[in-house]
Amino acid sequence: MAAEGVPEAAAAPAGPRAPAWPVRVALLAERSSTLVVTALAILSALIVGAVIMIVTTPETLGAWGHVLSNPARALTTSWALIETAYAALFTGSAGDPAAYVHAFAVRTPGAFTNAFSPLSETLVATAPLLLCGLSVSLAFRAGLFNIGATSQLIAGAIVASWVGISLPGLPLAVHMPLALLAGCAGGAAAGWIPGVLRARTGAHEVIVTIMLNYVALNLIVYILSLPFFLGPQQVNSISRAPAGSALLPHLAGASLRVNAGILLALAAAWVVAWLLQRTTLGFRFRMAGASQDAARAAGVDVRRMITLAMVLAGGLAGLAGAVQVLGVDPQLVPAYGGEIGFTAITVALLGRARPGGVVLAALLFGAFQAGGLQMQAATTVPLELVQVIEAVIVFFIAAPALVRAIYRIRTQGGGFRLFSQGWGG
Amino acid sequence: MSATAWTATASGARARGRHTWLGVFTAALGGLTAFAFCLHVGGGVTATLNMNSQPAAAIPLVVLPVRLTCAVLAAVSAAAGAAILRRQGGRGTYGLLTLGLVAFTLAFVIWAARGTEVSFEGLLASTLIDSIPLMFGALSGVMCERSGVINIAIEGQFLGGAFLGAMIGSLTGDLWLGMVAGAAGGAALGGLLAVLCLRYQADQIIVGIVIVTFATGVTSFLDLQVLTPNQATLNSPQVFGNIAVPVLDRIPLLGPILFDQNIFLYLALALLATIQVGLFHTRWGLRVRAVGEHPRAADTVGISVLFIRYRNVILGGAIGGLGGAALSIGSTGEFTSDMSAGLGFVALAAMIFGRWSPLWAATACLLFGFADSLQSNLAVLNVPIASPFLLMAPYIAVILAVAGLVGRVRPPGADGQPYRRE
Amino acid sequence: MRLELRQITKRFGSLVACDAVDLEVAPGEVHALLGENGAGKTTLMNVCYGLYRPDQGTILADGRPLHITSPRDALAARIGMVHQHFMLVPVFTVAENVVLGHEPVHLGGFLDRRRARTEIRRLSEAFGLAVDPDRVVETLPVGVQQRVEIVKALVRDAQLLILDEPTAVLTPQETTDLFRVMRSLTADGRSIVFITHKLGEVLEIADRITVLRQGRVVGRTTPAETSAAELASMMVGRSVEFQVAKGAAAPTGAVLDIQGLTVADGRGGLAVEDLTLQVRGGEILAIAGVQGNGQTELARALYGLLPKLSGRVTVAGVDVTAATPRRAAQAGVGFIPEDRHREGLVLSFSVAENLVLDLFDRPPFGRGLRFDPRAVRANAIARVREFDIRTASVDVPASTLSGGNQQKVVLAREFSRPLRVLIAAQPTRGLDVGSTETVHHRLVEERDRGTAVLLVSTELDEVLALADRIAVMYRGRLTGVVDPTTPRDAIGLLMAGITSGSGRADRAAGGAG
Repeated sequence: MAAEGVPEAAAAPAGPRAPAWPVRVALLAERSSTLVVTALAILSALIVGAVIMIVTTPETLGAWGHVLSNPARALTTSWALIETAYAALFTGSAGDPAAYVHAFAVRTPGAFTNAFSPLSETLVATAPLLLCGLSVSLAFRAGLFNIGATSQLIAGAIVASWVGISLPGLPLAVHMPLALLAGCAGGAAAGWIPGVLRARTGAHEVIVTIMLNYVALNLIVYILSLPFFLGPQQVNSISRAPAGSALLPHLAGASLRVNAGILLALAAAWVVAWLLQRTTLGFRFRMAGASQDAARAAGVDVRRMITLAMVLAGGLAGLAGAVQVLGVDPQLVPAYGGEIGFTAITVALLGRARPGGVVLAALLFGAFQAGGLQMQAATTVPLELVQVIEAVIVFFIAAPALVRAIYRIRTQGGGFRLFSQGWGG
Repeated sequence: MSATAWTATASGARARGRHTWLGVFTAALGGLTAFAFCLHVGGGVTATLNMNSQPAAAIPLVVLPVRLTCAVLAAVSAAAGAAILRRQGGRGTYGLLTLGLVAFTLAFVIWAARGTEVSFEGLLASTLIDSIPLMFGALSGVMCERSGVINIAIEGQFLGGAFLGAMIGSLTGDLWLGMVAGAAGGAALGGLLAVLCLRYQADQIIVGIVIVTFATGVTSFLDLQVLTPNQATLNSPQVFGNIAVPVLDRIPLLGPILFDQNIFLYLALALLATIQVGLFHTRWGLRVRAVGEHPRAADTVGISVLFIRYRNVILGGAIGGLGGAALSIGSTGEFTSDMSAGLGFVALAAMIFGRWSPLWAATACLLFGFADSLQSNLAVLNVPIASPFLLMAPYIAVILAVAGLVGRVRPPGADGQPYRRE
Repeated sequence: MRLELRQITKRFGSLVACDAVDLEVAPGEVHALLGENGAGKTTLMNVCYGLYRPDQGTILADGRPLHITSPRDALAARIGMVHQHFMLVPVFTVAENVVLGHEPVHLGGFLDRRRARTEIRRLSEAFGLAVDPDRVVETLPVGVQQRVEIVKALVRDAQLLILDEPTAVLTPQETTDLFRVMRSLTADGRSIVFITHKLGEVLEIADRITVLRQGRVVGRTTPAETSAAELASMMVGRSVEFQVAKGAAAPTGAVLDIQGLTVADGRGGLAVEDLTLQVRGGEILAIAGVQGNGQTELARALYGLLPKLSGRVTVAGVDVTAATPRRAAQAGVGFIPEDRHREGLVLSFSVAENLVLDLFDRPPFGRGLRFDPRAVRANAIARVREFDIRTASVDVPASTLSGGNQQKVVLAREFSRPLRVLIAAQPTRGLDVGSTETVHHRLVEERDRGTAVLLVSTELDEVLALADRIAVMYRGRLTGVVDPTTPRDAIGLLMAGITSGSGRADRAAGGAG
């Protein structure tokens, strides 16, 4: 049954190829509904964030205390606060338009650095979020919930750091890829554990990955007591930096932190998309994720897919750890990577576990991260507000019916049904 | 979940395999005890255990020959393992496993105390104290999951309860109000879980994780934005003192541990008893379990599935909030960002380890509490293990447990599944 | 109780499941509600039991209108229902299941287990139900579980009992027991609505019969006034000879050879026991039997979905005893699973992807790691036309297709690789008449291509229409291999485990579940 042998469906009036326009409209509506839900989720979360800011800032709260006598002041004070905060969030992530204008006017390196620094910071924050978000997404598509990006990132960072420190003198072209690969392998090993346990014993990956996160957090504390990592005369729990030959090159000069990590992350997104849509392995992953029974009946070795998916997911998160160590924070510290592994779950959900969506979601959350610092500096509103906004966005994404109820949207779709499997395995 | 012959076959074989696994594991604990704690210890070495604490009647110091005692305990573990292997899945497997584990840990303590004196009483007391928040968390999980809603958000309920408990307790100067506020904070987060999962049918595990992110973010944000600038008025609650039960607190060893404690311990034990009895012997419990196992069956006999789930999840949230309050106004006396530090997930693990049974979950909490207390007493013990590894031990134990040790663990049949009538 | 349904209409989206249905059930009668799968019988009764709300219509009990919006209301009106899928909590005891929602309690809400036991024993004796209140439900045979459901209704003093396809899971012996219980209930003045699509049973037990087709009442009659043929034609809307146009089989040598196959049932017993059977190329061999006698497990084990405890299976001389589904497929085995939603399709995948579920890794769709979505789509367009699969596009999820078209997707996929053996498990279950004919036609076509077809069906009419040889299974064993010209009664006896000269097979262990 050669595929080329299929003739064009010219003469088929009710054939399956031609009439798809109502279908196309339906699919388009579905897709646009997804976009609408996403946009409204982000908008709602920003509104929630604004309300939280107003009720927790003494000045605005005080103004609202006198809202009956002076309603205008309550409104103007609040607006001023929100405007300052969100403007800082924007300029801190995308850059200040005035700074760009200035930079292109004076054309000095300092002005360029100044103008592009927010964008650079956004990209720096995006890279590990994107890699970990891809890790969570890949697992999702295979029907698994990887909450262990934290542990895999730490494992990757430790191994990459070890390779980076222990092989000084190698040429850059060898050392850096080797360190990246090593990080990947470290993460893959950390992902293999929950994968193989799920496949062989039915142990739920959610609980195993959560436990492994704590194991990894303790492991890095132990690592940071070893002389090899600490180096001579170091007493604090801060490791040595890897050799220069292992570090990722900067993309825009030494004064901007943006480095090759973001390119790696984007490449990884492309690879994951290719893997899922254009390979037999991806088809197996998706089949195992969508229906284990059907996959089994179709001859797919579901256990192997589960293990392999977790290994690859771990590898992606491990790569994130390597990118952090080799590009951003060369010194290991306790709780290395912080909230990245957890935020990655929200990134994956916002991106609907699709590589393209994850790229956009990671950019948004990376921008939040970079802009949040600016906001904290400009308004004393703590950076943690960003985490709240992110969580609220994902509440709305996880429950699209909620968004539709709030905004009275009639259309269906925009939904994101993952899987609802209890603990049973 | 699927009840096809295929899965049934696999799980049947798996259950048999698990019993073998369990027996071998328990027996191996005995072997490990014999190898590590007996063979490498000189014949004359003794361990001194101090079991005294005011106001209980004094007991003389217990001086034990390490090698002999550990040999006896090794034999106990080995015998328990052999019994599991012989019975192959009869009742009591779990009790035998617990016996083996207790013998092993006792041997470990005695070995660690070789040539020195250790306050056994102190170890037990801190075990119990460390396990208080875990018990609340595990009971919160039991309440939700027995009704068929996965509660992975215990960590969030802890933080919410700890925050509100500290703030209201400090603001009003009334700790009891703080406790109520803590419960209310947990209940509110429970309500959020319930609404999103039951009304909007979002995935329960996802919502749970997002609630944890949300609660962590909100409490950290408010801590910095509201509490820190007003530390004296908003974040300086008192701490609940100990309440001694007259007479009972004079029982040697156990008296002070059990009967001269914080209100939160009494509350946890009372809740434990209530939920254990309620779940298995009352109308409420029968309906809750029916809804968690087979909601459609409950619906067809006129039980409102959603009402029971809402009620249980909100109550469970309140219990989780109490656990959080136990952390702030029951222990440290202030709220700090991310103060539960993952305890909520440990409680979740304890609940699974304890097979969704309140009593066994509480037992698992004690196990985690013990590991924690051992770690904090490491300095006085004679143990050549790095502290991070000891801290890892309970997490690794959970992984081993869910991977095979739990035996015929079966979550409530409809756990995690939204209910639709049509 | 006299129950009247007037002009009940229930829609699901654009589908009208019940269209202005009138029904009257008199006190003390067994009223059979007859219809094909999907005719609206269960929907109608779910309306009656408060699980669905009707879009129009009223329900009257003894002339008074009832407002039933939930099962609670139905129970209060003394209407009980035994669902096709039992509404029993598997890990509860019989007593706990029976009292659930209606619990006798002591002060403080503590369960009064003694009162529950006494009540169950009393009812159990009064109607000859024989249930032990302290057994855990999941350990009971299906027939007993069904009796627990009846007790559940009786404890609430149900005057009208709805039995939804109660005999689908029963052996003939258990069916006889059930009919005895039904008679003792009607003798007590209670009414029974008996939902079924089995004609023989209707004629045996019913006092009055209402036939539904596509949500409408198409006939009311009594067993005395009608015949099986008339009922059948009412059900399907035209006079149907269950005859499939097919020529004589031209069997070759044995292609599928099963020797001494034994398969576990996962509950400590054996689902298939020491079964030996050959299927020749170019013939359809049908496995007949009441549901739950090991046919499902046999089919799944042959395709490598269940482990085989012992025995040997070869396909055209190739040993596939230990084969995985993948190996089985490579040996030329095609498989139409019984549960197409779970095993035959990935509902969230597109129609195109579903058409290559087990072909995706061979040319032209894939080779090695490479996967070509364009080839998949091109193939889908061809298959959709060839098998007349009604779908808006090959890109929509398979979940949007009707049951018949979903089954066509499965068939189209399995037939797109060269087969030596085809295992078809309940291939027409839940399909409308048109789709059923298509499936039958395709099976015969495949047979004529020289494939050895193993058909598993619990519908004796289907078996008789399609098979070239019939093997009857009872409790995991073959009770006989017979010719399709064998009288129905003789096959019925074999299905009940009665082989000539041996008498009734031992059934001491209870139930064939």
